[in-house]
Amino acid sequence: MTIETLLQVAVSGLLMGLIYALVAAGLSLIFGLMDVVNFAHGELMMVAMYAAFTLWQMSGLDPFILLPIVAALMFGLGVAIYRLLIARALSVRFNRGMVQIFVTFGLAIFIRGFMQFVYGGEFRSITGTWLANRTANIYGVYLPLPQVAASLVCLLAFAGLLAIGRTEFGRALEATREDREAVALIGIDRDRIFALGWGLGAATVGVAGVMLAGFYYISPNVGANFALIAYVTVALGGFGSMLGALAAGLLIGEVEAITAQLLEPSLKQVGMFAIYLAVLMFRPRGLFGKL
Amino acid sequence: MVPSITRRRRRELVIAAVLLAVLIVLPLPIHDVYTRNLFIITLLFAGLAQAWNILGGYCGQISLGHSLYFGIGAYVSTLMFVNGHIPPPVGMIAGGLVAAAGALLVGWPVFRLSGHYYAIATVVVQEIGYLLALNWDLIGGASGVFIPFRGESWLNLQFRTDKLPYFYVALGFAAVTWAVAWWLEGARLGFSWRAVKDDVVAARSLGVRVFRSKMAAAALSGFFTGVGGAIFAQYVGYIDPDSILSGQLAILIALPAVLGGVGTLWGPFLGAAVLIPLREVSSSYLGASGNGFDLMLYGILIMAVALLRPQGLASLGAVFRRNANGAP
Repeated sequence: MTIETLLQVAVSGLLMGLIYALVAAGLSLIFGLMDVVNFAHGELMMVAMYAAFTLWQMSGLDPFILLPIVAALMFGLGVAIYRLLIARALSVRFNRGMVQIFVTFGLAIFIRGFMQFVYGGEFRSITGTWLANRTANIYGVYLPLPQVAASLVCLLAFAGLLAIGRTEFGRALEATREDREAVALIGIDRDRIFALGWGLGAATVGVAGVMLAGFYYISPNVGANFALIAYVTVALGGFGSMLGALAAGLLIGEVEAITAQLLEPSLKQVGMFAIYLAVLMFRPRGLFGKL
Repeated sequence: MVPSITRRRRRELVIAAVLLAVLIVLPLPIHDVYTRNLFIITLLFAGLAQAWNILGGYCGQISLGHSLYFGIGAYVSTLMFVNGHIPPPVGMIAGGLVAAAGALLVGWPVFRLSGHYYAIATVVVQEIGYLLALNWDLIGGASGVFIPFRGESWLNLQFRTDKLPYFYVALGFAAVTWAVAWWLEGARLGFSWRAVKDDVVAARSLGVRVFRSKMAAAALSGFFTGVGGAIFAQYVGYIDPDSILSGQLAILIALPAVLGGVGTLWGPFLGAAVLIPLREVSSSYLGASGNGFDLMLYGILIMAVALLRPQGLASLGAVFRRNANGAP
């Protein structure tokens, strides 16, 4: 293997890893806040991809410009999902853990069916954008520009998430995460924080979805695979840890790229799953999870 | 043991015997192929959900990767029949045993995880199995395995002209899983599982060997799931990773138990009786055009049951009984 191949593998792992990390960040945020694993997370990403596609078709604008609009829409969707479904799932008295799993799972199937109903099952893609099919070549390493832009946006979004953590709202989030019952005593409306947390989580995965739509196919089933990787990433990094999501996302991206290079590309996910299982043997709550 | 509990257990046996008798004669006047297929699939999934219930319900370990054991059972019995001419009734048991061994192998590392970490790990293990099967040409790879027709007989478990025998195979499978669950409810193992489910620390301090009892649940659950997979393969006559090892199938195995009531004797059957026909009918009438309408309905159904009846449909029975007794 030449040094160029090695660099190429490392770079493609990095580019994909940042996207995985951002998808996982939204999931981890929601989980950390209220112990709910959103099994419709991949479907939220898929909705964002279709939203970008539709807006692009209607306006002809670049997904870059559409990014804030889609993120805002996704924020609204996240809040709505919390208010309509999750708040109710949190208030049941029996089998709470199982109710959460199956409510979000039912939501995932519903969204998939709905999108198939509206758009049909065929693959779509956004074409003819500013960066489409452009590449840079640095010392023999091939860099597809849409992916580079996507990973830069993911990094920015991560910085944004960390910045939010330092605001008043961020502190309220942190306080709610620490002790759900006590925050009510100091005048924090728990329900509102949860709703905003869902909005933020959905907007986060929405950003990842829009950037992904710049170079990836769009179909009702596209979310499932990314969601599985996101669960693995979050569990590997430790549920609720942002830094963990970033580190695990990068690790997963690199492992995937290396497995695809060494073994068959169709087996590329076996490598990441194996790493995940191996790490969990030694750290049952992930790399950065609280024990 | 409290006398009322033994009386309740005896009554459950009587109800099951009556139900079994009804189900034995039920398909006789029905000759419609579609309806019979519906019955067979429903009974098969009733048994599978009961098998899942052993680990997911009684022992409280929510596995979202049970299609792995289903797939192992299907592959083992099919490959033994196709390549080794070993009759499926034998292959079925072998498939179940290999699936149980697989469940132990998976359980050994995974049972040290808890909660969401455990659930996601089961998905990942199943997904690894799926990807390996997809790329392993020796067992058919992505193109799958066709089961050749070798003559209509119980030994071959192949019936071409009349599907009725499959109905009895599926019924027998469901009945055996029910009987095992009934037996477990009164057995020491069943009590230790409930202790593990409710509070691991307390169970351990009472002298329950937590890891060992989880492994026992995994082995039993994996065995019957594998047997179900072998029956399914023989019934359909063709297997490939997408039909027997997928994540969707794993959810479909768990769902009836969840909808009906986890950790209850009748929950998985009740859930299967509602869910499976609804799903089959909606996908054949609404989903034929692939417009996604059936998926929307299916999703709404799951959300509605989970939110409206978190303790499962089986709890409705308790409501009726209370009303009949005149108590609030």
